Amino acid sequence: MKTSTRFWLLASSILVSLAVLTFLVHYRLIDRYLSRLLMLGAIQSIIALSLNLITGFTGQLSLGQAGFVGIGAYTTAIFTTQGWPFPLALIPSVGFAALAGFLVAWPSLRLRGDYLAIMTLGFGEIIRSLIINLGDLTGGASGFKDIPGFHADGDINRSIGFLWIFLSFILVTVLITNLIRSSHGRAILSVREDEIAARAMGVDIRRVKIGAFALSAALAGWGGALQAPFLNYLAPTSYDFLKSVDIVVILVLGGMGSITGTILAAFGLTLLQEWLRFLGDYRMVIYPLLMILMMLFRPQGLMGGREWSLWNLIARLGGKNREVRHG
Amino acid sequence: MTFFAQLLQQIVNGLALGSIYALISLGYTMVYGIVRLINFAHGDLLTIGAFIAYFCLVALGITPLTLTIAILLAMAVTPLFGYALERFAYRPLRDAPRINSLITAIGASILIENGLRVVPFIGTEFRRFPTMTTAQWILMQSTDEFGQLIKVTISQTQLLVFFVAALLMGVLVLIVDRTKTGKAMRATSFDMKAAALMGINVNRIVSFTFLLGSSLAAAAGVLFALSYPQIEPYMGIMPGLKAFVAAVLGGIGSIPGAMLGGLILGLAETLTKGFISSQLSDAVVFLILIVILMFRPSGLLGKAVKEKV
Repeated sequence: MKTSTRFWLLASSILVSLAVLTFLVHYRLIDRYLSRLLMLGAIQSIIALSLNLITGFTGQLSLGQAGFVGIGAYTTAIFTTQGWPFPLALIPSVGFAALAGFLVAWPSLRLRGDYLAIMTLGFGEIIRSLIINLGDLTGGASGFKDIPGFHADGDINRSIGFLWIFLSFILVTVLITNLIRSSHGRAILSVREDEIAARAMGVDIRRVKIGAFALSAALAGWGGALQAPFLNYLAPTSYDFLKSVDIVVILVLGGMGSITGTILAAFGLTLLQEWLRFLGDYRMVIYPLLMILMMLFRPQGLMGGREWSLWNLIARLGGKNREVRHG
Repeated sequence: MTFFAQLLQQIVNGLALGSIYALISLGYTMVYGIVRLINFAHGDLLTIGAFIAYFCLVALGITPLTLTIAILLAMAVTPLFGYALERFAYRPLRDAPRINSLITAIGASILIENGLRVVPFIGTEFRRFPTMTTAQWILMQSTDEFGQLIKVTISQTQLLVFFVAALLMGVLVLIVDRTKTGKAMRATSFDMKAAALMGINVNRIVSFTFLLGSSLAAAAGVLFALSYPQIEPYMGIMPGLKAFVAAVLGGIGSIPGAMLGGLILGLAETLTKGFISSQLSDAVVFLILIVILMFRPSGLLGKAVKEKV
């Protein structure tokens, strides 16, 4: 099939299914519960994809991703409470998160591995502690209450919210996929594989790292911005170290450097969390156990850097074997 | 005078807190020195130690004798958890990429925290740690301009913290500097492969290091619980992270560095609490971390390692 035909086929089928889904949500053919779960999964996917960019593709472990998410969420909450419409509030939210990412990237240039992870952890904790301390702006430790939704009318709010969240999810996925396939993406991957070799080949490591950090933080902020009108309430505990680790768990499970793997794991874990409700508190033991077992027995994750692709499936059924590989 | 007295009081408090941090960060630094792994679960060994002492003290009642028994029991039992952690989670990954063992360590940390939360006899609630009514000794006293009495005091608990911390650090330095096992530890941390070639049983040394570090963490846990008498499964996270910052500050891998880093961090924390804002103390600690990582990543007493190309 020609590339352009494939593109149009894919783009139109995605848009049509988005329209159909939104229609189903609006007329409650998908019930409230399921639609909330889907939205939660899509937001988690955006956040996990943002971490995948910096950790999976650029190879820099970030343990402070929840901090960037928090910046996006709180900025949106503050602006929409002031009466700004959500799309306008999205701009400063993504902007501030990107700025924070830029600030972290700067000192991180000198650090690698464990030290870098610790520094991002410290940065995340600083953001959390600022959220608690700026009580007048953020509601402090008791949380930010009564954040306006996507729309004042409840029914429209749900379908508009669904549309916003899934549109963002699609945009972020397309953005990262295309970035990784571009020459910038190859520079990013080369930094992960071998910094010294990359530098020898003329890759500007400083620029790649700063750019990747800022973009990753911006996307995390985008995910956070969607949380504010979706949840209507934000608590500083949702942006602490443990939440950053939750995002790492998604990445580990899905496979670092696999976009489809990350998305599958994000939706899968969100649904699993619901299905395993009958286990009560024992659920909390399953995730860390899963994390350790994955590292011991399948460190490359479920997808292991591979991508799941419809075209490959079709091609394989047709006897041809071609795979898209990033890892 | 008021300011000076307050400053002095915060310094006393800071040194007491700092000695606890120093005890914890020794475990981080020794483990990192040998296997190059940030043992995220180290702070949770502190929690386990505190809970062991708690059950011991609840069963026996609190007297100076039972407190000693509780500390010793915690120091004896907690290392079993540290050993299991190393044997089953970290050892299989010793040759894997560093990011894998780091993630495993984080997983182990959360496993212990949440594991404690689901254990029926521990659960999620906050428990009061048994304490003795302790005397306060007055170090200095004077009156301010309004005629009010200002005192600088040191409590028996703080003295106990100083004493136990100093004793344990002394013992540790003796073990590392004077015994054959200590020599093997130093050799292993210098070069694991070469140490193995010289006939050192590297696995045994790594296990021993984890035992030693967990034991110190357990003692620190009991001291921490005595100073801030409230315990729960998440109690180890913050002291653990701060002790890690202390280890980085002092120069990770360096034993005197961990002690110095612990004291500096304790002081920084109490001084922030006393003079700026009690809420901001966490932010200050992590700001110190970022500043030190930016300007002197090898820490105050650490050796800078040149990267070989």
